[in-house]
Amino acid sequence: MLDLVSTRRDVLKTGGALLVAFTFADTALPALAESGPRRKTVESDEIDGFLSIDADGRVTVYSGKVDLGTGLRTALTQIAAEELDVSLDRVGLIQGDTELTPDQGPTWASLSMQICGMRIRQAAATARKALVEMAAARLGVPATELRIEDGTIKGDDKSISFAKLVGGGTFSLKVDNDAPVKHPASYTIVGKSVLRLDIPSKVTGRFTYMQDFRIDGMLHGRVVRPLAIGAHLENVDATSVNDIPGLIKVVREGNFLGVVASTEWAAIQATRKLKATWSHWEGLPEQASLWDYVRATKINSDKVMANVGDSAKALLDAPKHISATYDFAIHTHGSIGPSCAVVEIDEGKITCWSASQATHRLRRQLAAMMGVPLDNVRCLYIEGSGCYGRNGHEDAAGDAALLSRAVGGQPVRVQWMRADEHGWDPKGPPTLIDLRAGVNETSEIIAWESEFFIPGDGLAPVPLIAATLAAVPPTPIMEPYRFGNADVMSANSAIPYTFPNIRTVAHLLAETPFRWSWVRSPGRLQNAFANECFVDELAAFVGVDPLEFRLSHLNDPRGAELLQRLAALAKWRKRLSPRRDPQDDVVTGRGMSYAKDFPSPTYVGAVADIEVDRRSGEIRVQRFFVVHDCGQVINPDGVRNQIEGNVIQTLSRTLKEELLFDRSAVTSLHWATYPILTFPDVPDVVIELLDRPAEKPSGAGEAAAAVVPAVISNAVFDALGVRLRSVPLTPAKVLAAIERYGQRPSREL
Amino acid sequence: MPTSVSLDVNGRVVTIEIGDPGMPLLYALRDNLQLKGPRFGCGLGQCGTCAVLLDDEPVLSCEVPLSKAANKKVVTLEGLGSPEKPSPVQQAFIDEQAAQCGYCLNGMIIHATALLAKTKDPTVPQIKKALADDLCRCGTHLRIVRAVQRAARRA
Repeated sequence: MLDLVSTRRDVLKTGGALLVAFTFADTALPALAESGPRRKTVESDEIDGFLSIDADGRVTVYSGKVDLGTGLRTALTQIAAEELDVSLDRVGLIQGDTELTPDQGPTWASLSMQICGMRIRQAAATARKALVEMAAARLGVPATELRIEDGTIKGDDKSISFAKLVGGGTFSLKVDNDAPVKHPASYTIVGKSVLRLDIPSKVTGRFTYMQDFRIDGMLHGRVVRPLAIGAHLENVDATSVNDIPGLIKVVREGNFLGVVASTEWAAIQATRKLKATWSHWEGLPEQASLWDYVRATKINSDKVMANVGDSAKALLDAPKHISATYDFAIHTHGSIGPSCAVVEIDEGKITCWSASQATHRLRRQLAAMMGVPLDNVRCLYIEGSGCYGRNGHEDAAGDAALLSRAVGGQPVRVQWMRADEHGWDPKGPPTLIDLRAGVNETSEIIAWESEFFIPGDGLAPVPLIAATLAAVPPTPIMEPYRFGNADVMSANSAIPYTFPNIRTVAHLLAETPFRWSWVRSPGRLQNAFANECFVDELAAFVGVDPLEFRLSHLNDPRGAELLQRLAALAKWRKRLSPRRDPQDDVVTGRGMSYAKDFPSPTYVGAVADIEVDRRSGEIRVQRFFVVHDCGQVINPDGVRNQIEGNVIQTLSRTLKEELLFDRSAVTSLHWATYPILTFPDVPDVVIELLDRPAEKPSGAGEAAAAVVPAVISNAVFDALGVRLRSVPLTPAKVLAAIERYGQRPSREL
Repeated sequence: MPTSVSLDVNGRVVTIEIGDPGMPLLYALRDNLQLKGPRFGCGLGQCGTCAVLLDDEPVLSCEVPLSKAANKKVVTLEGLGSPEKPSPVQQAFIDEQAAQCGYCLNGMIIHATALLAKTKDPTVPQIKKALADDLCRCGTHLRIVRAVQRAARRA
C-alpha cells in the first residue's frame, strides 16, 4: 500500500502529462513515467480514470474522494487489491489531484464507500475481466480455466503477469457496470482489519501533513481578518510593520488584508503589529435571543419531508396532546491544525496544494476568483488535520492565491492562526425544531407533526472568504453533481417510525447568522436529536419502555434486528422512565436512541449509562453501547475507529460546544472559550458491528454521531425526570431544568 | 540584531540564526530545522500538539522562546523513534491503531513518554490526567489510552 503524493514542481509543469514524481515514505521515486507524455484521462466511465498498471506490475488507484484521516485510503486500496487479486503492497493510491483523479464530488456525507469505493470496485472488476480475456488469448487457455495469483494469471502450467499484459499502457475500456465482481465468500483482503500504513509515519513525525508541506522558494503568508464580519477596511498603515525583518509585502485587495514574509514568524509578527482601522458593523443577532431570531427569519420555502394520512385532522381528533421545542447550537469544525494551503502561479498556471475535501470544486472556485480558464488551475490534495466537513482549507487556498499573485506568483504558504480558524471557518447553523403528537384514549400515537427551521441548500460551493473580502464579482460555478436532497440540513428530519398520520416540514430559511457549511453529520445530528428525544417523550407519556415503543413502531426488519442486538449488548432491562424520586446527589440514568441514517443508509442504535450530579448539574457519561450496520464491512477496525470517533466527538458537541458571538463577530476564538471534551471525560465505548457481506457497503463516517445527543438527553430524563431540549446540555441547563420541573409529577413533564 | 542560539535537538547540536530571540521554539524546530513532529495547533498553550521534551520535561514549544532553550536538550517526536525503529510508546500506538487524522498525536506521545519515565504502571485515571491538556478532535482517545497502557506493560 503506497501513499503517492505529487510534490515536485518541475514535473508538475508538464501540462498534465503523466510524468509525475511521487513520494513514498519520503523517498521520491519516478513512478508511471513509462506511460509517456500522454494526458491521463480523468473520466469516471473509463477504467483508466481509476486504475493503471505499470511495467513492474504496480497498480495505481486514482480516487476522487480523499482520506480525511478516516482510513479511506486503506479501505479503497483493500477494495482494489481484492478485486484485482494483487497483494496490498502492490497497490498505490493517488487522491484528489484534479489532473489525475476523476471528479467524484466532495468527500462528504459518508458516501466514499458507496460511491467511490463501489466505482473503483467496478473499474477493477472490468479490468480483471479484460486482463483474463487478454491472458486467455495470449496463453491459449480458456478464460474459465485461468486464475489470478497476486497479479499473475495462471492456468494449464502457463502464466503471464499483469505487467506483461498491460504494464505501462492503458486499458482504453469503459467501466462495465455488469462486469462480474468477486463473491464476498472468496474475499481475502476485504473484510479484514488491515493495518493502516500511514500510522507508523504519523506517530514518528515523518508524515507530511499539508501543514508540513514545503517547496523551494516558498514564502509565508498570513491574513488579517476584519474585526467585525461585515466591516470595511478604512485604512492600513503599512509603515507600522517596516521594522519587521523578512517582511516582503502588505497585501490589500478591498477588504482582504494579508502579509507575505520570508519567514513564518515574520509573517505572524507582521499581522500582530499591522495597524489597520475597520468600520463599525453590528449585523449579527443578539446571541441571547438567537432562537427568537431564527423563528422570526423569513421562510423562503417549505419542503414536505414526510406526509402520511392527515395529521392535522388526527391532531384535532386526538384527546391528548404533547408538544416540545428543541434547539441545537451553532458549532465550529474545530480542526486541531488550522487550515493551510500553498499556491504558486507560474506563467498564468495556478498550482494549489491543500487539504481540501473537494479539489475539483476548489479548482473551479479558484479559476473563477482569479479570472483564469479552468485548464490553468491544478489542485492537489495533501492530507491535513482532520476537517469534519468543509472547514477553512479552501479559504486558506483562496488567501494563498491572492497573496501569491501579489508577489509575482511566488509560492506562498498560508496557515491560519487559531483565531482565524475558530472565527472564520463556516459554521454549523443553528437549528430549531417544533414537535407535536396526538394520543388517543388507548394510548396510541395517532399523529406526529414536526417543523424544522433550517437554512436551505447547503451543498453548493461555500464562497471563498478571499473572494468575498476582495469583492470579486461572483461567477456562477457549474458543477456536474446531482443531489438526492440538496437541502442538507433537512436530513433525518423524517422519522423511521410508522405512525398513522405524519407530517414533517422543513421551513427553509432565507438566512442564517453565519457563513455556514456542513459540520460532521449535518442536519442528521440535529434532527435525530429532536426526533429521538421526542420519541422518548412519547414512550414516557404513554408509559411504555423506550425499546418496546420503538420496536412496536418500526416496520423494518434490519432496524428491528439492530435494536434487539443493542438490547442484548447493553443488557437492556425493560423499564419506565424516569426512575422514581431521585434522592441522592448523584443519580444514574440510561438512555436509548436509534437512526436509519440518511443519505448513507446505515443503521445505528446506542445506549448510554450516565450519572448526573444534582448539585453541580454536571453530566458524566460512563459507557456507550453502539450497534452499527453499514452493510458490507471493508475494514472492521476502520469502522470501529470511526464509531469511537463519532461517539466521542459528538459527545463533546452535545455536552460542551456552543459558538459565542457578539453583534460584530465570533468571540469564542480559542479552546478556552470553545472547550471540547478532554481525556478525563471520555466514556468507554462498546461496539458491535453487524457485518452484512451480501449488502453494499454504506457509510460509517457520520451515522453513529446522529444518535449521540438524544441518548444523553434521554438518559438525563431517566435519571432525573427532566427534559433537556437544548444542545449543548450544559450544567447550567441541567440545574435550570431541575429548578423548573423539580416539583412536578413526572407524567406532566 | 540577528543572534544565534545553540541547542541540542535529537542528539545533534545545532545553531540557529534568528532576528528575534523571542521567537517560539516551535518555529525554529519546524521552519529552521524542518522537523514535522511538533505541530502548530493554537499557539496559545491550549492544545498540546506542539509538545517537545526540554531537558526531559514536556513543554509546549509554542510558548517557549527560543532563547530559553539555549544550550538545552530538545527531543521531538522524531527523536523518540523512526518508522523502522519506533519507541515503545510509538510502537504501542501502531499496535493499537491509535490514530485517525493523527495531527494531535505528537502531544499524546510526548506526554505519555514523560509519564512512563516517572510512573511505571499508571492507572487509567493517571493516564487520562497526564493527557488532559492534549486535545484530540477525531475522538481517538480510547485507543490512545489503550496504547499508553500497552506501552506501560511492555516497559
